[in-house]
Amino acid sequence: MEIRKVIRTLGFLIALLAVWQSLAILEVYPEYIFPSPLGVLQTLARGFQNGRFVIGIASSMQRILIGFGISAILGVAFGLALGRQRWLNDTLGALVLGLQTLPSICWLPIALLWFGLSETAILFVVVMGALLAITTATEAGVKNTPPLYLRAARNLGARGWKLYALVILPAALPSILTGMKLGWSFAWRSLMAAELLYVSLGLGQLLTMGRELNDMSQVIAVMIVIIAIGLLVDRAVFAPLESRVRERWGLNS
Amino acid sequence: MKLEIRNVGKTFQSKSGAITAIDTATLNVRAGEFVCLLGPSGCGKSTLLNLIAGLDKPTRGEILMDGKPIGNTGTDRVMIFQSAALFPWLSVFDNVKFGLNMIGVPKPERQVIARRYLAMVHLAEFENAFVHELSGGMRQRVAIARALALDPAVLLMDEPFGALDAQTRDLLHGELQTIWQATCKTILFVTHNVREAVVLGDRVVVFSARPARIKREWTVDLPRPRQIESYAVVDLARDIMQTLKDDVLVSQRDNDAQRLSELEMQMIGDDVL
Ligand SMILES: Nc1ncnc2c1ncn2[C@@H]1O[C@H](COP(=O)(O)OP(=O)(O)OP(=O)(O)O)[C@@H](O)[C@H]1O
Ligand SMILES: [Mg+2]
Repeated sequence: MEIRKVIRTLGFLIALLAVWQSLAILEVYPEYIFPSPLGVLQTLARGFQNGRFVIGIASSMQRILIGFGISAILGVAFGLALGRQRWLNDTLGALVLGLQTLPSICWLPIALLWFGLSETAILFVVVMGALLAITTATEAGVKNTPPLYLRAARNLGARGWKLYALVILPAALPSILTGMKLGWSFAWRSLMAAELLYVSLGLGQLLTMGRELNDMSQVIAVMIVIIAIGLLVDRAVFAPLESRVRERWGLNS
Repeated sequence: MKLEIRNVGKTFQSKSGAITAIDTATLNVRAGEFVCLLGPSGCGKSTLLNLIAGLDKPTRGEILMDGKPIGNTGTDRVMIFQSAALFPWLSVFDNVKFGLNMIGVPKPERQVIARRYLAMVHLAEFENAFVHELSGGMRQRVAIARALALDPAVLLMDEPFGALDAQTRDLLHGELQTIWQATCKTILFVTHNVREAVVLGDRVVVFSARPARIKREWTVDLPRPRQIESYAVVDLARDIMQTLKDDVLVSQRDNDAQRLSELEMQMIGDDVL
């Protein structure tokens, strides 16, 4: 079953590349609108060799790591508070729920007005991208803490912050991880959007540059890099983490 | 430690109205006594243990330990839940150390104590395992070690072996009796299984159908260690069974019958054999 699936997916991709390459060879469209896959590959290789892509990736990764880190810390803290305090939930909780429907790039105008054309503005958009998803997921995790764990913990003398840190937080971890995974993909999208609009080093800037130079192969090469990083982080970081936690927490059966 | 339950009652307020789980219960438990509580499903046995543990507040009456009213939860009374309720994010070792950490026992001491109780329940070589890697019986043993590590005066056990197969249960009956004799704890043990009650208890207390009242008591004078298939145990169990059976029928007639589980009918089947 699995093998058939892999073959199908691979076959489709190879066919797609073949059609693309033959269209390019036939020169149906001019090169600057419709680059060949080989051309894109060359651009990719060149971009890594001369270091421009490496610098772009490094600056984007730095932003997302800082921004995502901030949202993770804030989101978990907010979620813990919202999940346990009824009055916070009725006030801030309602606000969070409303704001969640706002695409995070819509925070850019505010960010620009508050922070000017700066790194901080981009970071703000990234943080807002992931924050609400992580907050809501943490809150849900806290609210769904099995009451049995709480009773057992109280019974064994757990109180106050120890109850939060050693029982409620770990009990909510599977849900928090799901929120982080979602938050990561939101943050990555917001970052790319913000980098497109506000030009400084980064993958978004490489995209914009490709457009300005009418270099379609660069545009596509950068798109491939963006997809690859998004997928890689999801598959190599979040998926294994999530499945390990789910197994250990006994949620897989 | 001596435990006095004086005219305790508990009424739950729920959306569908008030449910009186316990009418009045009065029970005195001597220090170091092993008391087994029996009664039809839904009659309020778990409720009573929760009240003693301090996880819930009684509506009426009071509960005293050595003459002093119990307050909130306290580590002098530790509950062992039917489903073990271990923390899956902690290793076996850390689970056993959990309560010690909560009450502020210094780290090196925690380790020594935890190792001692893990050895007592024969799980020393599993200290690094995680909960999902253990069988049901092993989990229950970890829960027992976790509770014992706090050295509570009173151990509250709510159908701890209910979900186990007969062999494992017999094994744990043996271990529990040994531990009890070695540690002199006061134990309240809720069970559905009459023979289990007779094997373990100094005294067997039978509750009526909900709202719970204490219906009858038996003192079990049989010598220990007791075997679940010995004639003396089977005879006494049959006697108790008859009383309980009448009550199950009453509870069936009054019908909250969704709470009247197959388990009970099965138990009657088992025990009348
Ligand atoms: N939190 C609660 N709110 C409302 N009713 C409750 C609550 N807890 C228990 N009850 C009711 O109180 C009664 C006694 O429940 P309890 O769990 O003590 O029974 P039990 O004797 O332990 O039964 P079992 O042998 O099936 O475990 C039941 O009818 C139950 O519906
Ligand atoms: Mg019960």
